[in-house]
Amino acid sequence: MATQLKPVDILLVGYGWTGGIIAKELASTGLKILALERGGPRDTNPDFLEPHKDDELRYAVRHDLMQDVSRETLTFRNKSSQTALPMRQLGSFLPGEGVGGAGVHWNGVTWRWTPWDQEARKQTVERYGEKIIPEGMNLQDWGIGYDELEPYYDRFEKTCGVSGKAGNLNGQKIDGGNVFEGPRKSEYPNPPLKQTQTGVMFEKAARNLGYHPFPSPAANSSQPYTNPDGVAFGQCHYCGFCERFGCEANAKASPHFTVMPIAARNPNFELRTNANVMKVLLDSTGKKATGVLYVDARGREFIQPADLVVLSAYALGNVALMLWSGIGKPYDPVTNTGVVGRNYAYQASSGATLFFDEKTYINSFMGAGALGVNIDDFNAGNYDFAKAGYIGGGGIGASTSGGRPIQSRPVPAGTPRWGLEWKKATAANYPHAAGVSNQGSNMAYRSNYLDLDPTYRDIYGRPLMRMTFDFLDNEQKQMKALADVCAAIGKEMGARKVEARTNPVPYSIVPYQSTHNTGGAVMGTDPRTSALNRYCQVWDVPNVFVTGACVFPQNAGKNPTGPVGALAYWIADALKNQYLKNPGALVRA
Amino acid sequence: MSGEDHRVDRRGFLKVVGATGAAAGVSATSTAMAQGSPPAAGEHAGHDHAMPTPASAGAARSALDGFVFFNPDEVSFVKAALDTLVPPDPTGPGGSEAGCATYMDRQLGGAFGRGARLYMQGPFAEGTPQQGYQLPLAPADLIRIGIADVDAYAMATRKKGLRDLDATTRAAVLTEVEQGKAQLAHVPGPVWFNQFLALTMEGYFGDPIYGGNKDKAAWKMIGFPGVPAMYVNMIEEFRNKPYTGETQSIQDFA
Repeated sequence: MATQLKPVDILLVGYGWTGGIIAKELASTGLKILALERGGPRDTNPDFLEPHKDDELRYAVRHDLMQDVSRETLTFRNKSSQTALPMRQLGSFLPGEGVGGAGVHWNGVTWRWTPWDQEARKQTVERYGEKIIPEGMNLQDWGIGYDELEPYYDRFEKTCGVSGKAGNLNGQKIDGGNVFEGPRKSEYPNPPLKQTQTGVMFEKAARNLGYHPFPSPAANSSQPYTNPDGVAFGQCHYCGFCERFGCEANAKASPHFTVMPIAARNPNFELRTNANVMKVLLDSTGKKATGVLYVDARGREFIQPADLVVLSAYALGNVALMLWSGIGKPYDPVTNTGVVGRNYAYQASSGATLFFDEKTYINSFMGAGALGVNIDDFNAGNYDFAKAGYIGGGGIGASTSGGRPIQSRPVPAGTPRWGLEWKKATAANYPHAAGVSNQGSNMAYRSNYLDLDPTYRDIYGRPLMRMTFDFLDNEQKQMKALADVCAAIGKEMGARKVEARTNPVPYSIVPYQSTHNTGGAVMGTDPRTSALNRYCQVWDVPNVFVTGACVFPQNAGKNPTGPVGALAYWIADALKNQYLKNPGALVRA
Repeated sequence: MSGEDHRVDRRGFLKVVGATGAAAGVSATSTAMAQGSPPAAGEHAGHDHAMPTPASAGAARSALDGFVFFNPDEVSFVKAALDTLVPPDPTGPGGSEAGCATYMDRQLGGAFGRGARLYMQGPFAEGTPQQGYQLPLAPADLIRIGIADVDAYAMATRKKGLRDLDATTRAAVLTEVEQGKAQLAHVPGPVWFNQFLALTMEGYFGDPIYGGNKDKAAWKMIGFPGVPAMYVNMIEEFRNKPYTGETQSIQDFA
């Protein structure tokens, strides 16, 4: 029997970047805010101190900071005709768990997506006509344009102390920054990080080839920094233990030491950890949330009433909660109707591995999560992708985030996986190997979606969410074309051996590729094709808002945390300035 | 600055980061229960039921001595397999010399071996390669059953257990298992092999605190300096230059 608790005004389900931002921004309302986090608490001291924080086995291989799939996972298949089976161990992507979520163990790459990404359908049709859109592709717009989001990008970048260089300040293009980016109102809060040998070589090669290289925008602080909330950052150590790890220096922006301590100053804020929300409770009309049902560490059930519920878990978790709760109509791929689970997308990436001669020292172990040099010449909207035969594109760059030896020991193709030849090749190549990668966009399709599995359950007895996903023809072409660009840059960098590669086709849940799962509860202008309106408010249940990468109608050739953070500020403003003054639908359906 | 100046010794490191939490790890002087000397590769053990001989009194033992999961037959199989996957040569130590058997033993005897973080609810089906691991076996069971399977396969095809074969034949047997050409009684050969290889590499290249990578030899072999990693003042200086700093592990700070 569930225990009924005292109501709160605002309830956050999941406490990572977006929940932390909203809790901080809404503190001034004086309303009672409660955050429920399924995992435990953690902090820089004592959890991320040196040298224990640099434990590749514990954090990178055994996934100490990530979701425990023995308790909650999903099922997977490439296409509807197959039977989905459980993702029994983590592989392709690594959702976070615990206070700070994946914001604790990300790399810190903090992009603004291109203006094209927010108007993918409109701009594609304007330029090429409807006919270019292949059958089965659900190409959609966000419902807000880049200029509307710009101030919120700015706030998130300053919150995170992003190190970078502007390439477009108020419309003025600046060489050395990303000249393809949308116009910015201000420069990055910190100067770029110092580049490695790989970065220097990439920059030169890209220029030789006529491209426009610039330093990757990094939420790894290049110098001591104090953000607008008064939060102090240390300087990045370039330790090479960034993604999958906490940061000992508070140089990598993480919600646990930035937005959350500010939110916690509010006497009307409360955080409950080890509180796992089972579902959102709706009233008899199904159009209003009354609160949530959650389970504590001991398995006790609680009903937590709330006037407003914000789903601020990981992208996949938010979609699952909507399906479990009956919020929004589940997607039906046969009729292409329904909205929850629709437009799931991923990252269609490729690249080239580079082997240099023995006189070229890469020292890959020195690095920072978001350290690298990029070009945006092949990102969607920045070039004529139709000529290349697909819709989309990708950010191409040399990312130098570290060279941890259990997982990063490149050897040339054809080398055995073990034995003397393997061993000699490993020793010979480790100091001299590098890579160029394409982070490719992924359009959304009828055949790629999320729904509930008919067979498998989590430890609480809920049906697992079922992922049906593959890389289709459009993405396969994009991956191949941009792998060739990566290889050409690698050759220009002077590598003696260049090996192009793409993500596995068919898509495989096994090897790690990216924790950029997007869609499933997308924002948009039409309730028939989007679960959320432009404020990320559920069309059907207006007192539920949803944050995170699940709101993107398709995935860009960029990491999602920048727009995820910007949208959290955008949602917080919509709540503070509109919704809380007059609760109800902010957009008429 | 010379390369030597980049070393961060224990005292200097503690000063820099103020790591009060440098927890006591494995003490070289802690005395484990005498468990007898493990049989070396190629040595038959466990058939004569002889009482084990305790280590000589006063000899320094560590918590990494002895085995908690593998039985003596398994130890000799594992060591033989490890030295096939990572053969000793002047480049660096072999897998067993590097402590990978100890690493594997502790992993399989602990939470990982028992299937921590592994979804183990049925029904179980084979699935496609894209759907990943689908066996109803925790890693400890997979490895243990597979060791018996592979040894039986070696016996059936080469008339000897793996540990008694010469290096070339051992490699041939393991290749047949890796490629799914060996008919094993219970486990799918490639799945077993991939897990065994993954554990081998984790042990060989992981921090010595887990029992493998003895003397940080694998890190020295490839030129990975280990921890604590603070390169903010070196990243420009060491562009296109070999790094000359000392190799240190978490264990060194215990």
